[in-house]
Amino acid sequence: MKKNIWGVIGFYAASLVVLVYALFPFYYAIISSLKNGSALFSTSLWPAHPSLANYIAIFKEQSFGANLTNSIFVAGGVVAFSLGLSMLAAYALGRVSFRGRGTLMLCILAVSMFPQVALLSGLFELIRTLGLYDSLWALMLSDLIFTLPFTVWVLVTFMRDLPKEIEEAAVMDGVGIFTLIFRIFLPLLWPALVATGLLAFIAAWNEFLFALTFTLSNDERTVPVAIALISGGSSFELPWGLLMAASVIVTVPLIALVLIFQRHIVSGLTAGAVKG
Amino acid sequence: MDDSLIARARRRQAYWLVLPVIIVLAAIAGWPLLRTIWFSLTNAQLSDMGNSQFIGLANYIGEAGVLRDGEWWNSVRNTLFFAVISVILETLLGLGVALLLNTPSRIQALLRAAVLVPWAIPTVVSAKMWSWMLNDQFGVVNAMLQNLHIISSPLAFTADPHLSFPTIIMVDVWKTTPFMALLILAALQLVPEDCYEAAHMDGVPRWRIFRYITLPLIMPGILVAMIFRTLDALRVFDLIYVMTSNSHVTKSMSVYVREQLIDFQQVGYGSASATLLFLIIAISTLIYMAGTRSRMEAN
Repeated sequence: MKKNIWGVIGFYAASLVVLVYALFPFYYAIISSLKNGSALFSTSLWPAHPSLANYIAIFKEQSFGANLTNSIFVAGGVVAFSLGLSMLAAYALGRVSFRGRGTLMLCILAVSMFPQVALLSGLFELIRTLGLYDSLWALMLSDLIFTLPFTVWVLVTFMRDLPKEIEEAAVMDGVGIFTLIFRIFLPLLWPALVATGLLAFIAAWNEFLFALTFTLSNDERTVPVAIALISGGSSFELPWGLLMAASVIVTVPLIALVLIFQRHIVSGLTAGAVKG
Repeated sequence: MDDSLIARARRRQAYWLVLPVIIVLAAIAGWPLLRTIWFSLTNAQLSDMGNSQFIGLANYIGEAGVLRDGEWWNSVRNTLFFAVISVILETLLGLGVALLLNTPSRIQALLRAAVLVPWAIPTVVSAKMWSWMLNDQFGVVNAMLQNLHIISSPLAFTADPHLSFPTIIMVDVWKTTPFMALLILAALQLVPEDCYEAAHMDGVPRWRIFRYITLPLIMPGILVAMIFRTLDALRVFDLIYVMTSNSHVTKSMSVYVREQLIDFQQVGYGSASATLLFLIIAISTLIYMAGTRSRMEAN
Protein backbone atom coordinates (compact mmCIF):
# COMPACT_ATOMS: atom_id res chain seq x y z
CA MET A 1 0.00 0.00 0.00
CA LYS A 2 1.52 3.34 -1.00
CA LYS A 3 1.77 5.93 1.70
CA ASN A 4 0.33 9.33 1.11
CA ILE A 5 3.09 11.77 2.09
CA TRP A 6 0.65 14.60 2.84
CA GLY A 7 -1.40 12.26 4.99
CA VAL A 8 1.66 11.41 7.06
CA ILE A 9 2.66 15.05 7.45
CA GLY A 10 -0.91 15.96 8.39
CA PHE A 11 -0.97 13.18 10.97
CA TYR A 12 2.22 14.30 12.67
CA ALA A 13 1.24 17.97 12.56
CA ALA A 14 -2.11 17.19 14.17
CA SER A 15 -0.40 14.96 16.75
CA LEU A 16 2.02 17.75 17.62
CA VAL A 17 -0.85 20.18 18.16
CA VAL A 18 -2.60 17.67 20.43
CA LEU A 19 0.59 17.00 22.40
CA VAL A 20 1.28 20.70 23.00
CA TYR A 21 -2.37 21.43 23.78
CA ALA A 22 -2.61 18.58 26.29
CA LEU A 23 0.75 19.03 27.99
CA PHE A 24 1.62 22.72 27.88
CA PRO A 25 -0.62 23.93 30.75
CA PHE A 26 0.82 21.42 33.19
CA TYR A 27 4.33 22.08 31.93
CA TYR A 28 3.82 25.78 32.53
CA ALA A 29 2.49 25.08 36.04
CA ILE A 30 5.69 23.15 36.85
CA ILE A 31 7.87 25.92 35.42
CA SER A 32 5.97 28.58 37.36
CA SER A 33 6.25 26.63 40.60
CA LEU A 34 10.06 26.67 40.25
CA LYS A 35 10.24 30.43 39.73
CA ASN A 36 10.72 32.77 42.61
CA GLY A 37 10.11 36.41 43.40
CA SER A 38 9.88 38.68 40.39
CA ALA A 39 10.94 35.87 38.01
CA LEU A 40 7.41 34.52 38.43
CA PHE A 41 6.05 37.43 36.41
CA SER A 42 8.41 37.07 33.45
CA THR A 43 6.35 34.52 31.40
CA SER A 44 9.60 32.89 30.25
CA LEU A 45 9.14 29.22 29.33
CA TRP A 46 12.21 28.12 31.27
CA PRO A 47 13.11 29.11 34.86
CA ALA A 48 16.36 31.11 34.84
CA HIS A 49 17.12 30.21 38.47
CA PRO A 50 14.99 27.20 39.42
CA SER A 51 14.34 26.96 43.14
CA LEU A 52 12.23 24.81 45.42
CA ALA A 53 11.37 27.74 47.70
CA ASN A 54 7.67 27.57 46.80
CA TYR A 55 7.54 23.88 47.70
CA ILE A 56 9.17 24.50 51.07
CA ALA A 57 6.93 27.50 51.75
CA ILE A 58 3.72 25.63 51.01
CA PHE A 59 4.44 23.18 53.82
CA LYS A 60 5.81 25.78 56.25
CA GLU A 61 3.41 28.68 55.77
CA GLN A 62 0.21 26.79 55.00
CA SER A 63 -1.22 23.67 56.58
CA PHE A 64 -0.64 21.86 53.30
CA GLY A 65 0.89 18.79 54.95
CA ALA A 66 -2.29 18.27 56.97
CA ASN A 67 -4.41 18.85 53.85
CA LEU A 68 -2.48 16.18 51.96
CA THR A 69 -2.89 13.68 54.79
CA ASN A 70 -6.61 14.48 54.89
CA SER A 71 -7.01 13.88 51.16
CA ILE A 72 -5.15 10.57 51.35
CA PHE A 73 -7.21 9.47 54.36
CA VAL A 74 -10.56 10.41 52.81
CA ALA A 75 -9.86 9.02 49.34
CA GLY A 76 -8.29 5.85 50.75
CA GLY A 77 -11.21 5.27 53.10
CA VAL A 78 -13.74 5.88 50.35
CA VAL A 79 -12.01 3.33 48.11
CA ALA A 80 -11.87 0.70 50.87
CA PHE A 81 -15.55 1.11 51.80
CA SER A 82 -16.73 1.28 48.19
CA LEU A 83 -14.84 -1.81 47.06
CA GLY A 84 -15.74 -3.86 50.14
CA LEU A 85 -19.45 -3.13 49.96
CA SER A 86 -19.53 -3.41 46.16
CA MET A 87 -17.88 -6.84 46.14
CA LEU A 88 -20.75 -8.24 48.20
CA ALA A 89 -23.43 -6.51 46.15
CA ALA A 90 -21.75 -7.26 42.82
CA TYR A 91 -21.69 -10.99 43.58
CA ALA A 92 -25.41 -10.99 44.33
CA LEU A 93 -26.36 -8.71 41.43
CA GLY A 94 -24.03 -10.31 38.91
CA ARG A 95 -24.30 -14.02 39.66
CA VAL A 96 -27.56 -14.75 41.45
CA SER A 97 -30.85 -14.24 39.70
CA PHE A 98 -33.36 -13.06 42.26
CA ARG A 99 -36.53 -11.05 41.98
CA GLY A 100 -36.10 -7.27 41.86
CA ARG A 101 -32.51 -7.46 40.63
CA GLY A 102 -33.09 -5.25 37.57
CA THR A 103 -34.96 -2.66 39.60
CA LEU A 104 -32.18 -2.55 42.19
CA MET A 105 -29.57 -2.03 39.49
CA LEU A 106 -31.58 0.85 38.03
CA CYS A 107 -32.04 2.45 41.47
CA ILE A 108 -28.29 2.29 42.08
CA LEU A 109 -27.65 3.81 38.65
CA ALA A 110 -30.19 6.55 39.34
CA VAL A 111 -28.23 7.62 42.43
CA SER A 112 -25.19 8.36 40.27
CA MET A 113 -27.33 10.79 38.26
CA PHE A 114 -28.25 12.81 41.38
CA PRO A 115 -26.84 16.32 41.19
CA GLN A 116 -24.68 16.83 44.28
CA VAL A 117 -26.19 20.18 45.22
CA ALA A 118 -29.66 18.61 45.31
CA LEU A 119 -28.52 16.56 48.31
CA LEU A 120 -26.70 19.40 50.01
CA SER A 121 -29.29 20.62 52.50
CA GLY A 122 -30.48 17.12 53.45
CA LEU A 123 -26.91 15.92 53.80
CA PHE A 124 -25.98 18.98 55.82
CA GLU A 125 -28.72 18.18 58.31
CA LEU A 126 -27.72 14.49 58.47
CA ILE A 127 -24.07 15.32 59.05
CA ARG A 128 -24.90 17.81 61.79
CA THR A 129 -27.23 15.33 63.48
CA LEU A 130 -24.48 12.71 63.47
CA GLY A 131 -22.07 15.30 64.89
CA LEU A 132 -19.74 14.92 61.92
CA TYR A 133 -19.65 18.55 60.75
CA ASP A 134 -16.10 19.75 60.07
CA SER A 135 -14.71 16.22 60.23
CA LEU A 136 -13.19 13.98 57.58
CA TRP A 137 -15.81 11.30 58.25
CA ALA A 138 -18.43 13.64 56.81
CA LEU A 139 -16.49 13.77 53.54
CA MET A 140 -15.98 10.02 53.46
CA LEU A 141 -19.69 9.48 53.97
CA SER A 142 -20.75 11.94 51.29
CA ASP A 143 -18.18 10.81 48.71
CA LEU A 144 -19.72 7.32 48.81
CA ILE A 145 -22.75 8.82 47.04
CA PHE A 146 -20.92 8.94 43.73
CA THR A 147 -18.29 6.20 44.16
CA LEU A 148 -20.60 3.37 45.32
CA PRO A 149 -22.95 3.30 42.29
CA PHE A 150 -19.96 3.37 39.97
CA THR A 151 -17.99 0.59 41.71
CA VAL A 152 -21.09 -1.61 41.99
CA TRP A 153 -21.90 -1.27 38.28
CA VAL A 154 -18.40 -1.89 37.03
CA LEU A 155 -17.78 -4.84 39.35
CA VAL A 156 -21.10 -6.42 38.35
CA THR A 157 -20.03 -6.44 34.69
CA PHE A 158 -16.74 -8.13 35.59
CA MET A 159 -18.26 -10.49 38.17
CA ARG A 160 -20.77 -11.72 35.59
CA ASP A 161 -18.00 -12.87 33.26
CA LEU A 162 -16.29 -15.18 35.77
CA PRO A 163 -16.60 -18.86 34.81
CA LYS A 164 -19.44 -20.80 36.39
CA GLU A 165 -17.27 -23.89 36.98
CA ILE A 166 -15.21 -22.19 39.69
CA GLU A 167 -18.30 -21.40 41.69
CA GLU A 168 -19.73 -24.90 41.23
CA ALA A 169 -16.49 -26.48 42.41
CA ALA A 170 -16.44 -24.19 45.44
CA VAL A 171 -20.03 -25.06 46.31
CA MET A 172 -19.17 -28.78 46.02
CA ASP A 173 -16.43 -28.24 48.57
CA GLY A 174 -18.95 -26.63 50.89
CA VAL A 175 -17.19 -23.25 50.84
CA GLY A 176 -19.00 -20.38 52.59
CA ILE A 177 -20.23 -17.34 50.74
CA PHE A 178 -17.62 -14.93 52.12
CA THR A 179 -14.78 -17.32 51.35
CA LEU A 180 -16.15 -17.64 47.83
CA ILE A 181 -16.30 -13.87 47.31
CA PHE A 182 -13.14 -12.74 49.05
CA ARG A 183 -10.83 -15.76 48.79
CA ILE A 184 -11.76 -17.16 45.38
CA PHE A 185 -13.31 -14.37 43.29
CA LEU A 186 -11.35 -11.42 44.64
CA PRO A 187 -7.96 -12.63 43.35
CA LEU A 188 -9.51 -13.26 39.93
CA LEU A 189 -10.99 -9.76 39.82
CA TRP A 190 -7.70 -8.08 40.71
CA PRO A 191 -7.31 -6.03 37.48
CA ALA A 192 -10.93 -4.85 37.66
CA LEU A 193 -10.51 -3.91 41.32
CA VAL A 194 -7.38 -1.91 40.55
CA ALA A 195 -9.14 0.01 37.79
CA THR A 196 -12.36 0.74 39.70
CA GLY A 197 -10.46 1.47 42.91
CA LEU A 198 -8.24 3.94 41.12
CA LEU A 199 -11.14 5.71 39.42
CA ALA A 200 -12.97 5.94 42.75
CA PHE A 201 -9.78 7.25 44.36
CA ILE A 202 -9.44 9.97 41.73
CA ALA A 203 -13.10 10.96 42.09
CA ALA A 204 -12.80 11.26 45.88
CA TRP A 205 -9.40 12.98 45.68
CA ASN A 206 -10.81 15.64 43.32
CA GLU A 207 -14.14 16.12 45.11
CA PHE A 208 -14.72 19.80 45.85
CA LEU A 209 -18.34 20.75 46.61
CA PHE A 210 -18.86 18.52 49.68
CA ALA A 211 -15.36 19.19 50.99
CA LEU A 212 -15.94 22.94 50.65
CA THR A 213 -19.30 22.82 52.40
CA PHE A 214 -18.80 20.30 55.19
CA THR A 215 -15.45 21.44 56.53
CA LEU A 216 -14.68 24.75 58.13
CA SER A 217 -11.25 24.72 59.74
CA ASN A 218 -7.99 24.84 57.85
CA ASP A 219 -6.78 21.58 59.37
CA GLU A 220 -9.78 19.55 58.18
CA ARG A 221 -9.66 20.73 54.57
CA THR A 222 -8.72 18.47 51.70
CA VAL A 223 -6.25 19.60 49.08
CA PRO A 224 -8.67 20.88 46.39
CA VAL A 225 -10.40 23.12 48.92
CA ALA A 226 -7.08 24.31 50.32
CA ILE A 227 -5.91 25.20 46.81
CA ALA A 228 -9.14 26.99 45.97
CA LEU A 229 -8.97 29.03 49.18
CA ILE A 230 -5.26 29.92 49.25
CA SER A 231 -5.16 33.69 49.32
CA GLY A 232 -2.53 36.37 49.50
CA GLY A 233 -2.51 39.83 51.05
CA SER A 234 -5.48 40.89 48.94
CA SER A 235 -7.69 39.17 46.40
CA PHE A 236 -5.66 40.83 43.64
CA GLU A 237 -2.33 39.39 44.61
CA LEU A 238 -2.73 35.65 44.86
CA PRO A 239 0.49 33.81 45.71
CA TRP A 240 0.73 32.17 42.29
CA GLY A 241 4.06 30.47 43.01
CA LEU A 242 2.62 28.66 46.04
CA LEU A 243 -0.55 27.83 44.13
CA MET A 244 1.35 26.25 41.29
CA ALA A 245 3.58 24.29 43.69
CA ALA A 246 0.50 22.94 45.47
CA SER A 247 -1.13 22.11 42.14
CA VAL A 248 1.91 20.17 40.98
CA ILE A 249 2.10 18.22 44.25
CA VAL A 250 -1.53 17.04 44.10
CA THR A 251 -1.42 16.25 40.41
CA VAL A 252 1.86 14.37 40.04
CA PRO A 253 0.76 11.29 42.03
CA LEU A 254 -2.47 11.13 40.03
CA ILE A 255 -0.72 11.40 36.68
CA ALA A 256 1.81 8.77 37.77
CA LEU A 257 -0.95 6.35 38.84
CA VAL A 258 -2.96 7.00 35.69
CA LEU A 259 0.01 6.39 33.41
CA ILE A 260 1.07 3.22 35.25
CA PHE A 261 -2.43 1.76 35.11
CA GLN A 262 -3.59 3.35 31.85
CA ARG A 263 -4.73 0.11 30.21
CA HIS A 264 -6.84 -0.85 33.23
CA ILE A 265 -8.29 2.63 33.45
CA VAL A 266 -9.43 2.71 29.86
CA SER A 267 -11.13 -0.66 30.32
CA GLY A 268 -12.73 0.51 33.60
CA LEU A 269 -14.00 3.74 32.03
CA THR A 270 -15.50 1.96 29.08
CA ALA A 271 -17.04 -0.78 31.26
CA GLY A 272 -18.65 1.94 33.37
CA ALA A 273 -19.88 4.01 30.46
CA VAL A 274 -20.51 1.77 27.48
CA LYS A 275 -21.91 -1.27 29.21
CA GLY A 276 -23.65 0.84 31.84
CA MET B 1 -27.71 -32.97 46.33
CA ASP B 2 -30.79 -30.83 45.85
CA ASP B 3 -29.96 -28.16 43.29
CA SER B 4 -33.02 -26.01 43.78
CA LEU B 5 -32.43 -25.99 47.52
CA ILE B 6 -28.96 -24.49 46.97
CA ALA B 7 -30.37 -22.02 44.46
CA ARG B 8 -33.03 -20.95 46.94
CA ALA B 9 -30.46 -20.51 49.69
CA ARG B 10 -28.31 -18.46 47.31
CA ARG B 11 -31.23 -16.18 46.51
CA ARG B 12 -31.89 -15.63 50.20
CA GLN B 13 -28.22 -14.84 50.72
CA ALA B 14 -28.24 -12.47 47.75
CA TYR B 15 -30.70 -10.15 49.48
CA TRP B 16 -28.44 -9.96 52.53
CA LEU B 17 -25.41 -9.23 50.36
CA VAL B 18 -27.07 -6.34 48.53
CA LEU B 19 -28.56 -4.93 51.71
CA PRO B 20 -25.48 -3.00 52.97
CA VAL B 21 -25.13 -1.04 49.71
CA ILE B 22 -28.86 -0.32 49.63
CA ILE B 23 -28.90 0.85 53.25
CA VAL B 24 -25.88 3.10 52.75
CA LEU B 25 -27.25 4.65 49.55
CA ALA B 26 -30.70 5.13 51.07
CA ALA B 27 -29.16 6.85 54.09
CA ILE B 28 -26.72 9.15 52.29
CA ALA B 29 -28.58 9.81 49.02
CA GLY B 30 -32.26 8.82 49.23
CA TRP B 31 -33.00 10.33 52.63
CA PRO B 32 -31.12 13.63 52.01
CA LEU B 33 -32.97 14.03 48.70
CA LEU B 34 -36.33 13.64 50.44
CA ARG B 35 -35.24 16.08 53.16
CA THR B 36 -34.17 18.61 50.51
CA ILE B 37 -37.59 18.36 48.88
CA TRP B 38 -39.23 18.77 52.30
CA PHE B 39 -37.05 21.79 53.17
CA SER B 40 -38.08 23.38 49.86
CA LEU B 41 -41.61 23.60 51.29
CA THR B 42 -40.46 25.38 54.47
CA ASN B 43 -38.80 28.63 55.46
CA ALA B 44 -35.79 26.88 57.07
CA GLN B 45 -32.59 28.85 57.78
CA LEU B 46 -29.13 27.31 57.92
CA SER B 47 -28.45 28.45 61.49
CA ASP B 48 -31.56 26.76 62.86
CA MET B 49 -32.70 24.05 60.49
CA GLY B 50 -34.88 22.20 63.01
CA ASN B 51 -37.07 25.21 63.64
CA SER B 52 -38.97 25.91 60.46
CA GLN B 53 -42.53 26.33 59.26
CA PHE B 54 -44.33 24.70 56.36
CA ILE B 55 -45.07 27.39 53.81
CA GLY B 56 -46.31 25.31 50.87
CA LEU B 57 -45.09 26.27 47.43
CA ALA B 58 -44.18 29.84 48.38
CA ASN B 59 -40.49 29.20 47.72
CA TYR B 60 -41.35 28.23 44.15
CA ILE B 61 -44.23 30.42 43.01
CA GLY B 62 -44.57 32.95 45.83
CA GLU B 63 -43.91 36.68 45.58
CA ALA B 64 -40.16 36.07 46.06
CA GLY B 65 -40.20 32.52 44.70
CA VAL B 66 -37.41 30.94 42.64
CA LEU B 67 -39.51 30.86 39.50
CA ARG B 68 -39.91 34.64 39.65
CA ASP B 69 -36.22 35.30 40.23
CA GLY B 70 -34.45 36.60 37.12
CA GLU B 71 -31.12 35.49 38.60
CA TRP B 72 -32.34 31.86 38.69
CA TRP B 73 -33.42 31.95 35.05
CA ASN B 74 -30.09 33.55 34.20
CA SER B 75 -28.30 30.62 35.82
CA VAL B 76 -30.55 28.13 33.99
CA ARG B 77 -29.71 29.82 30.68
CA ASN B 78 -26.00 29.89 31.49
CA THR B 79 -25.98 26.20 32.42
CA LEU B 80 -27.87 25.11 29.30
CA PHE B 81 -25.61 27.18 27.02
CA PHE B 82 -22.58 25.84 28.82
CA ALA B 83 -23.74 22.24 28.53
CA VAL B 84 -24.73 22.41 24.85
CA ILE B 85 -21.71 24.33 23.56
CA SER B 86 -19.07 22.52 25.59
CA VAL B 87 -20.45 19.04 24.86
CA ILE B 88 -20.60 19.75 21.11
CA LEU B 89 -17.04 21.08 21.07
CA GLU B 90 -15.79 18.19 23.20
CA THR B 91 -17.45 15.65 20.93
CA LEU B 92 -15.96 17.11 17.74
CA LEU B 93 -12.49 17.49 19.23
CA GLY B 94 -12.77 14.13 20.99
CA LEU B 95 -13.66 12.45 17.70
CA GLY B 96 -10.61 14.02 16.04
CA VAL B 97 -8.31 12.96 18.87
CA ALA B 98 -9.81 9.46 18.90
CA LEU B 99 -9.09 9.09 15.16
CA LEU B 100 -5.48 10.15 15.79
CA LEU B 101 -5.17 7.69 18.68
CA ASN B 102 -6.61 4.92 16.52
CA THR B 103 -4.00 5.42 13.77
CA PRO B 104 -1.11 2.97 14.18
CA SER B 105 2.11 4.96 14.46
CA ARG B 106 5.36 5.17 16.38
CA ILE B 107 3.98 7.83 18.71
CA GLN B 108 0.68 6.09 19.48
CA ALA B 109 1.59 5.23 23.08
CA LEU B 110 2.99 8.71 23.71
CA LEU B 111 -0.16 10.35 22.33
CA ARG B 112 -2.44 8.21 24.46
CA ALA B 113 -0.44 8.96 27.61
CA ALA B 114 -0.39 12.70 26.86
CA VAL B 115 -4.13 12.79 26.31
CA LEU B 116 -4.69 11.22 29.74
CA VAL B 117 -2.90 14.09 31.49
CA PRO B 118 -5.66 16.76 31.36
CA TRP B 119 -8.15 14.10 32.43
CA ALA B 120 -6.08 13.19 35.52
CA ILE B 121 -5.69 16.81 36.66
CA PRO B 122 -8.23 17.78 39.37
CA THR B 123 -10.79 20.35 38.15
CA VAL B 124 -9.80 22.83 40.86
CA VAL B 125 -6.16 22.57 39.80
CA SER B 126 -6.96 23.01 36.13
CA ALA B 127 -9.10 26.05 36.99
CA LYS B 128 -6.20 27.61 38.93
CA MET B 129 -3.65 26.68 36.29
CA TRP B 130 -5.64 28.32 33.54
CA SER B 131 -6.43 31.35 35.71
CA TRP B 132 -2.69 31.83 36.05
CA MET B 133 -1.99 31.32 32.35
CA LEU B 134 -4.83 33.69 31.44
CA ASN B 135 -3.93 36.28 34.09
CA ASP B 136 -4.45 39.77 32.69
CA GLN B 137 -1.13 41.16 33.91
CA PHE B 138 1.34 38.29 34.07
CA GLY B 139 -0.38 35.57 32.06
CA VAL B 140 1.62 33.68 29.46
CA VAL B 141 -1.32 33.58 27.03
CA ASN B 142 -1.60 37.36 26.92
CA ALA B 143 2.18 37.64 26.50
CA MET B 144 2.14 35.19 23.58
CA LEU B 145 -0.82 36.86 21.88
CA GLN B 146 0.88 40.24 22.23
CA ASN B 147 4.18 38.92 20.85
CA LEU B 148 2.32 37.61 17.83
CA HIS B 149 0.60 41.00 17.48
CA ILE B 150 -2.83 39.39 17.63
CA ILE B 151 -3.89 41.73 20.42
CA SER B 152 -2.50 45.13 21.35
CA SER B 153 -3.36 45.21 25.05
CA PRO B 154 -3.82 42.32 27.51
CA LEU B 155 -7.27 40.75 27.82
CA ALA B 156 -8.97 40.12 31.17
CA PHE B 157 -10.14 36.64 30.29
CA THR B 158 -11.89 35.81 33.55
CA ALA B 159 -13.08 39.31 34.55
CA ASP B 160 -14.32 40.75 31.25
CA PRO B 161 -18.05 39.90 31.03
CA HIS B 162 -17.74 39.25 27.28
CA LEU B 163 -14.82 36.87 27.69
CA SER B 164 -15.48 34.98 30.92
CA PHE B 165 -18.12 32.64 29.49
CA PRO B 166 -16.05 31.53 26.45
CA THR B 167 -13.06 31.17 28.79
CA ILE B 168 -14.95 28.81 31.10
CA ILE B 169 -16.05 26.73 28.13
CA MET B 170 -12.51 26.63 26.75
CA VAL B 171 -11.08 25.33 30.04
CA ASP B 172 -13.85 22.74 30.38
CA VAL B 173 -13.22 21.54 26.83
CA TRP B 174 -9.51 21.20 27.60
CA LYS B 175 -10.21 19.11 30.69
CA THR B 176 -12.92 16.79 29.38
CA THR B 177 -12.04 16.20 25.72
CA PRO B 178 -9.77 13.27 26.77
CA PHE B 179 -12.74 11.49 28.38
CA MET B 180 -14.69 11.86 25.13
CA ALA B 181 -11.71 10.77 23.06
CA LEU B 182 -11.19 7.61 25.15
CA LEU B 183 -14.84 6.57 24.96
CA ILE B 184 -14.99 7.21 21.20
CA LEU B 185 -11.68 5.35 20.79
CA ALA B 186 -13.22 2.35 22.58
CA ALA B 187 -16.09 2.44 20.08
CA LEU B 188 -13.68 2.77 17.13
CA GLN B 189 -11.72 -0.29 18.24
CA LEU B 190 -14.89 -2.37 18.13
CA VAL B 191 -15.37 -1.69 14.40
CA PRO B 192 -14.42 -4.95 12.63
CA GLU B 193 -11.39 -4.74 10.30
CA ASP B 194 -13.12 -6.45 7.37
CA CYS B 195 -15.57 -3.55 7.09
CA TYR B 196 -12.64 -1.41 5.97
CA GLU B 197 -10.91 -4.02 3.83
CA ALA B 198 -13.85 -4.44 1.48
CA ALA B 199 -14.11 -0.67 1.02
CA HIS B 200 -10.37 -0.28 0.46
CA MET B 201 -10.50 -2.96 -2.25
CA ASP B 202 -13.18 -1.02 -4.07
CA GLY B 203 -11.09 2.17 -3.92
CA VAL B 204 -13.61 4.15 -1.93
CA PRO B 205 -12.11 7.51 -0.80
CA ARG B 206 -11.11 7.79 2.86
CA TRP B 207 -13.62 10.39 3.95
CA ARG B 208 -16.47 8.44 2.36
CA ILE B 209 -15.39 5.32 4.29
CA PHE B 210 -15.46 7.42 7.44
CA ARG B 211 -18.78 9.02 6.64
CA TYR B 212 -20.67 5.90 5.55
CA ILE B 213 -18.98 3.04 7.42
CA THR B 214 -17.14 4.24 10.52
CA LEU B 215 -19.43 7.01 11.71
CA PRO B 216 -22.71 5.02 11.69
CA LEU B 217 -20.97 2.16 13.53
CA ILE B 218 -19.52 4.35 16.31
CA MET B 219 -22.58 6.61 16.60
CA PRO B 220 -24.14 4.68 19.52
CA GLY B 221 -20.85 4.97 21.44
CA ILE B 222 -20.63 8.70 20.72
CA LEU B 223 -24.22 9.23 21.87
CA VAL B 224 -23.63 7.44 25.18
CA ALA B 225 -20.51 9.53 25.79
CA MET B 226 -22.45 12.72 24.96
CA ILE B 227 -25.24 11.82 27.38
CA PHE B 228 -22.75 11.21 30.20
CA ARG B 229 -21.01 14.51 29.53
CA THR B 230 -24.29 16.44 29.25
CA LEU B 231 -25.54 15.16 32.61
CA ASP B 232 -22.17 16.10 34.06
CA ALA B 233 -22.15 19.54 32.45
CA LEU B 234 -25.63 20.35 33.79
CA ARG B 235 -24.20 19.91 37.31
CA VAL B 236 -21.10 22.06 36.71
CA PHE B 237 -19.81 23.71 39.88
CA ASP B 238 -16.05 23.49 40.67
CA LEU B 239 -14.74 25.12 37.52
CA ILE B 240 -17.07 28.12 37.61
CA TYR B 241 -16.83 28.60 41.37
CA VAL B 242 -13.03 28.65 41.29
CA MET B 243 -12.50 30.68 38.09
CA THR B 244 -15.20 33.33 38.26
CA SER B 245 -16.76 32.84 41.71
CA ASN B 246 -20.28 34.25 41.92
CA SER B 247 -20.11 36.37 38.76
CA HIS B 248 -23.53 36.94 37.21
CA VAL B 249 -22.35 36.22 33.66
CA THR B 250 -21.13 32.68 34.33
CA LYS B 251 -23.24 31.59 37.31
CA SER B 252 -24.49 28.01 36.85
CA MET B 253 -27.50 26.41 38.55
CA SER B 254 -25.27 24.59 41.04
CA VAL B 255 -23.40 27.79 41.92
CA TYR B 256 -26.73 29.57 42.38
CA VAL B 257 -28.09 26.84 44.66
CA ARG B 258 -25.01 26.77 46.86
CA GLU B 259 -24.96 30.56 47.11
CA GLN B 260 -28.56 30.57 48.38
CA LEU B 261 -28.06 27.63 50.74
CA ILE B 262 -24.72 28.43 52.32
CA ASP B 263 -23.80 32.05 51.63
CA PHE B 264 -27.31 33.47 52.15
CA GLN B 265 -28.29 30.68 54.61
CA GLN B 266 -31.72 30.35 52.94
CA VAL B 267 -32.16 26.58 53.27
CA GLY B 268 -35.84 26.64 52.25
CA TYR B 269 -35.35 28.79 49.18
CA GLY B 270 -32.08 27.11 48.25
CA SER B 271 -33.68 23.67 48.55
CA ALA B 272 -36.47 24.80 46.21
CA SER B 273 -33.93 25.72 43.53
CA ALA B 274 -32.02 22.48 44.25
CA THR B 275 -35.24 20.51 43.73
CA LEU B 276 -35.81 22.28 40.39
CA LEU B 277 -32.26 21.41 39.34
CA PHE B 278 -32.90 17.80 40.32
CA LEU B 279 -36.10 17.78 38.25
CA ILE B 280 -34.36 19.22 35.19
CA ILE B 281 -31.70 16.52 35.34
CA ALA B 282 -34.21 13.75 36.09
CA ILE B 283 -36.35 14.78 33.11
CA SER B 284 -33.31 14.92 30.81
CA THR B 285 -32.34 11.42 31.97
CA LEU B 286 -35.84 10.05 31.38
CA ILE B 287 -35.99 11.58 27.88
CA TYR B 288 -32.62 10.01 27.12
CA MET B 289 -33.71 6.60 28.43
CA ALA B 290 -36.94 6.75 26.40
CA GLY B 291 -34.88 7.81 23.37
CA THR B 292 -32.41 4.93 23.60
CA ARG B 293 -35.20 2.43 24.23
CA SER B 294 -37.06 3.48 21.08
CA ARG B 295 -33.78 3.38 19.13
CA MET B 296 -33.08 -0.13 20.37
CA GLU B 297 -36.57 -1.25 19.43
CA ALA B 298 -36.22 0.36 15.98
CA ASN B 299 -33.05 -1.69 15.38
